[in-house]
Amino acid sequence: MAVEFSPETLKKFEETVGRYPKKEAAMLPVLYLAQQEFGYLGPEAIAYVARLMGQEPARVQGVVSFYTMFNTRPIGRHHIQVCRTLPCALGGAERITAFIKRKLGIDIGQTTADGRFTLSEVECLASCGTAPMMQINDDYYENLNEEKTEKILESLT
Amino acid sequence: MVGSEAASHFAAPVKIKQMEKILLRNIDVPEFHRLAAYESAGGYRSWRRVVENMKPAELIDEVKASGLRGRGGAGFPTGMKWSFVPKDSPKPKYLVCNADESEPGTFKDRLLMERDPHAVLEGTLIAAYAIQSHTAFIYVRGELAFGATQLESAVAEAYRTGLIGKKIFGSGYDLDVIVHRGAGAYICGEETALLSSLEGSRGWPKLKPPFPATHGMFGCPTVVNNVETLAALPWILERGAAAYAALGTEKSKGTKLFSVSGHIAKPGVYELEMGYPFKTFLEEDCGGVPNGKKLKGVIPGGASMPVLRPEEIEKVNLDYESVQAAGSLLGSGGVIVMDETTCMVRAAWNLARFFAHESCGQCSPCREGCHWMEKIFHRIEHGEGEAADLDLILNISGNIMGNTICPFGDAAAMPAAAFIKKFRDEFDAHIAKKRCTVRRELE
Repeated sequence: MAVEFSPETLKKFEETVGRYPKKEAAMLPVLYLAQQEFGYLGPEAIAYVARLMGQEPARVQGVVSFYTMFNTRPIGRHHIQVCRTLPCALGGAERITAFIKRKLGIDIGQTTADGRFTLSEVECLASCGTAPMMQINDDYYENLNEEKTEKILESLT
Repeated sequence: MVGSEAASHFAAPVKIKQMEKILLRNIDVPEFHRLAAYESAGGYRSWRRVVENMKPAELIDEVKASGLRGRGGAGFPTGMKWSFVPKDSPKPKYLVCNADESEPGTFKDRLLMERDPHAVLEGTLIAAYAIQSHTAFIYVRGELAFGATQLESAVAEAYRTGLIGKKIFGSGYDLDVIVHRGAGAYICGEETALLSSLEGSRGWPKLKPPFPATHGMFGCPTVVNNVETLAALPWILERGAAAYAALGTEKSKGTKLFSVSGHIAKPGVYELEMGYPFKTFLEEDCGGVPNGKKLKGVIPGGASMPVLRPEEIEKVNLDYESVQAAGSLLGSGGVIVMDETTCMVRAAWNLARFFAHESCGQCSPCREGCHWMEKIFHRIEHGEGEAADLDLILNISGNIMGNTICPFGDAAAMPAAAFIKKFRDEFDAHIAKKRCTVRRELE
């Protein structure tokens, strides 16, 4: 399969670039478009974005590798990101992470064999008053305990 | 995608002091993120008055007179920051709303973005007008997807109703607003890193001077203001600088949001008049440390700021000067409370790990030093510390301080040193007994 945007995404790309004072400023939104379209930002996707943006692939790779939200390899349908920073740690985040590891049989950084879940530990997600918490894809799940976490995981297919 | 356990989109429950609210005045009004609700509460009246009746210089003077200081952490006077933008520059000027809230312990901007996005937007417009910018960006932390959605809806509503766009209110003033999402990097909350990121690059900070006011985004005059700072502007313009300046202390005017987390009965976001007594706040407003436990330490201004012992907060008030006099900084107002069961070695390690993870890697003292500190804290906590380790960390911390391009280095070095200096006995005990000597409450 050729790595290139669909006509609709290409239109979104043009619109996005057009909003910015310089084309290069649209790099992050364009990378988001690519991640959405291709699932992750592998070497082919990076080369394609580089061509669209008129930049060297190495430069685009340098941008991608700087930010935690760009995935350079495939991830599961549900990306579980448990906050590990101090306020969540004080609230028992390590217990939540250990529970998820046991429940899914994967370690941090791994994906379940069925491609359903990827587990990550992340730094503070600005939800410290409702610790411990995790983000799954775009959604926040707060005031977690093991029982609540189990129900959340079971609800995600 | 959302299953039986509905994903929560809103920040912590809000408890508010019985005083006139400025930033949280409408935070509990249902559907307040919609333009109709915001306008029915008087929203965008300040924006209209500014565009129709005020010269930029008058606006800058008004905000200077209010005493408003930047709420992102540094506390720099807002009106003065605007006044550094050259008026005669032929280059485009940019206003950036810094919505990259990432300081551990801080969740106030997220609350404003999610529940009162039009106040954030109106403040952004007012600031843009002050520096006569025609393009404003709201740089939203990538993880805060819901906050970004709320802001995008607010911007779309504002375009539809002519609050932004071309010839606003029939004036000659044009303004475009772009909601821009970050992609996961704490450092992008630092203004020059944010601008590098907004230019489409790695979020690497730049040396100051030159300051963004003269050489910002793509070398053009740029002002970066925090969400909470901007959200205070509509009220200040509506009620007047004097009304704002009447609140607070001599040098810390107005109100400020405090995010309270950790071992505390009532965590959440609170709005307080500057100068409110810290101890009263924790014990009465926030309900104190729960479960009959004693307070062991508290970080007053986000993870970058030195921890304070209980006896150090006795006489501290929550304003810039008082917290500084106590040996810490007000920072972002992220208050992290730790009770007597907390292992301070583990807490120090946790934060050192955060800074090691988030160092951008440009300056070697920070890039190397943060990881060294993290490793040493880790080995002390895990029973492998040596007698010389504490002085080694203090030495590394001292070598980072002041030797990096941006304030991140200091932000990593200060808390590490403070934990050791203030809880030295506990660190010594870990090293002497070759194990963690405090109940492993953090595990």
